Amino acid sequence: MNVSLNVRAAVLSVGILVLFLAAWYAATTGSGPVAPMDPEYAKLMGLTATQGKSAMPGPLDVAATLWGHLRDPFYVRGTNDVGLGIQLGHSVLRVAGGYLLAVLVAVPGGFLIGMSPLMSRALDPFIQVMKPISPLAWMPLALYTIKDSGKSAIFVIFICSLWPMLINTAFGVANTRKEWLNVARTLEVGTLRRAFLVILPAAAPTILTGMRISIGIAWLVIVAAEMLVGGTGIGYFVWNEWNNLSITNVITAILVIGLVGMILDQALARVARLVTFPE
Amino acid sequence: MTDGNIISIEGIARRYPAPGGKGKSTTIFENLWLGVRRGEFVCTIGHSGCGKTTVLNILAGLDAPSEGTVIVDGQAIDGPSLDRAVIFQSHALLPWLSVQGNVAFAVRSRWPDWSAARIEEQARRFIALVGLAGSERKRPAELSGGMKQRVGIARALSIEPKILLMDEPFSALDALTRGTLQDEARRICMETGQTTYMITHDIDEAIYLADRIVLMTNGPGARVAEIVENPLPRDRARTDLYRHPSYYPLRNHLIEFLVTRSRTLRDAPADGWDPRHPPVVRPGAHPELVPGEPSLHSVPNALSA
Ligand SMILES: Nc1ncnc2c1ncn2[C@@H]1O[C@H](COP(=O)(O)OP(=O)(O)OP(=O)(O)O)[C@@H](O)[C@H]1O
Ligand SMILES: [Mg+2]
Repeated sequence: MNVSLNVRAAVLSVGILVLFLAAWYAATTGSGPVAPMDPEYAKLMGLTATQGKSAMPGPLDVAATLWGHLRDPFYVRGTNDVGLGIQLGHSVLRVAGGYLLAVLVAVPGGFLIGMSPLMSRALDPFIQVMKPISPLAWMPLALYTIKDSGKSAIFVIFICSLWPMLINTAFGVANTRKEWLNVARTLEVGTLRRAFLVILPAAAPTILTGMRISIGIAWLVIVAAEMLVGGTGIGYFVWNEWNNLSITNVITAILVIGLVGMILDQALARVARLVTFPE
Repeated sequence: MTDGNIISIEGIARRYPAPGGKGKSTTIFENLWLGVRRGEFVCTIGHSGCGKTTVLNILAGLDAPSEGTVIVDGQAIDGPSLDRAVIFQSHALLPWLSVQGNVAFAVRSRWPDWSAARIEEQARRFIALVGLAGSERKRPAELSGGMKQRVGIARALSIEPKILLMDEPFSALDALTRGTLQDEARRICMETGQTTYMITHDIDEAIYLADRIVLMTNGPGARVAEIVENPLPRDRARTDLYRHPSYYPLRNHLIEFLVTRSRTLRDAPADGWDPRHPPVVRPGAHPELVPGEPSLHSVPNALSA
């Protein structure tokens, strides 16, 4: 009973993982030799037919593939055969590019909208219309105007990261406590000092929430965008391996996409913790 | 009228438009006149909603009167100023800054050219003044309510304002902490000759701290019904106020005002009531019983008048 909650949760997590892997293994492993058949036919069909093996790869196959990728993540053996690390690198760079551009626009823009009730009202209808548009709907327009598939993907990331950050920043700024603003007013604090030393810290937790939502959406969207534009990136890798019918690689990629997404989210959660203040 | 007054409220009104924009606007108060002398401690008493905070916010420059002006130090005010520090009812500390950071923020706003060392020194001095030395690095969330309120006081005093404006600064505190802070506030104001305007709901607090007590009738349409001169000697101690012969007459006068006259005087002001010169009263004062009381100016005893 003295074991801490963390330890018990960790034990349970490992238990669930082991159960899942065991079920996966049992479901995909062979059921032993099946009815005798023509050896030529058996050769053609492989183990799926002769050993009753499932077409789905088992955990051991995926582990082996993953190990292979991890051992040599950055090889290049032709346009369609590059390491998983390089594909991931392409995706992360695109997300970083589009996301940082969006931060540069959304945070100052949200600040202005939040500080000015006029701008807030004037821009509200536009934001309300733009926000629900699937970022992928912008893709043809982006390809047509930018004429570069890589940059179009970055633009799509930019567009989808923009709205949560813009809206959260504007909301956080507009909802800065009146009493804190009154403190600044009675101390005759200048506009810039007020923006950076009162409003920004007050709105920072809300802004960071928006940034965290945005990075999550950006990472969701990059996979789909790269499936569309092709060439490089983890999304393209998934699509390419599907065309190769390499389900093992697809599952490996899914796992890696999840892990990278988690790392991005946790990184921003760290930053959010730094700017959150207890009241 | 403004002679000797550091603050002169001249015929101010505050109206709020009726909800929906149409119809008659609500007048919280109108034609309100009041002067505060340099170095004086003035308390305002009145029922909830009569407009005390509104008056204080206008004095602070956070709110603007619908009519009339407020003259401070010979100049009509238009907006907040570092000369008028506010102690907010809700302490209003910036929670992401430490105690030191909160006070230093005010000091730096007051004297932007000071060196960092000098700013830190000034902040430390005032944190120590309110008895919080050693807590400089703490965040507001780590402080008790009374300690937060003291940081608010240190912040207001650290900019060495000409006028201190306090909105029920001690009302959220337990009786013991409130007493200690009242003692500190009184000591600091006496030592530095601080001009102070304070709102309170606590009659004993007003009796202990104030040189003059402004009585406001109920709202809407609140008026300054009268101004009570405190007959207690200036070197009074909180614990033996009640020994003074004028204490009970004064206390009863204030209670009676809050219980009945705050309502009746709104509906029908006393005969000859002049908004510019509300009657000044000095309950229970017998000049021969209060030796050493510095007479600010001679006022006839309104109760016998
Ligand atoms: N924005 C507003 N719109 C309309 N009426 C308002 C507004 N703000 C305040 N009032 C009214 O002004 C009156 C005075 O408010 P104020 O806050 O000055 O009261 P107060 O005397 O400080 O009361 P309390 O002792 O409860 O703090 C109240 O009746 C309130 O309803
Ligand atoms: Mg009030």
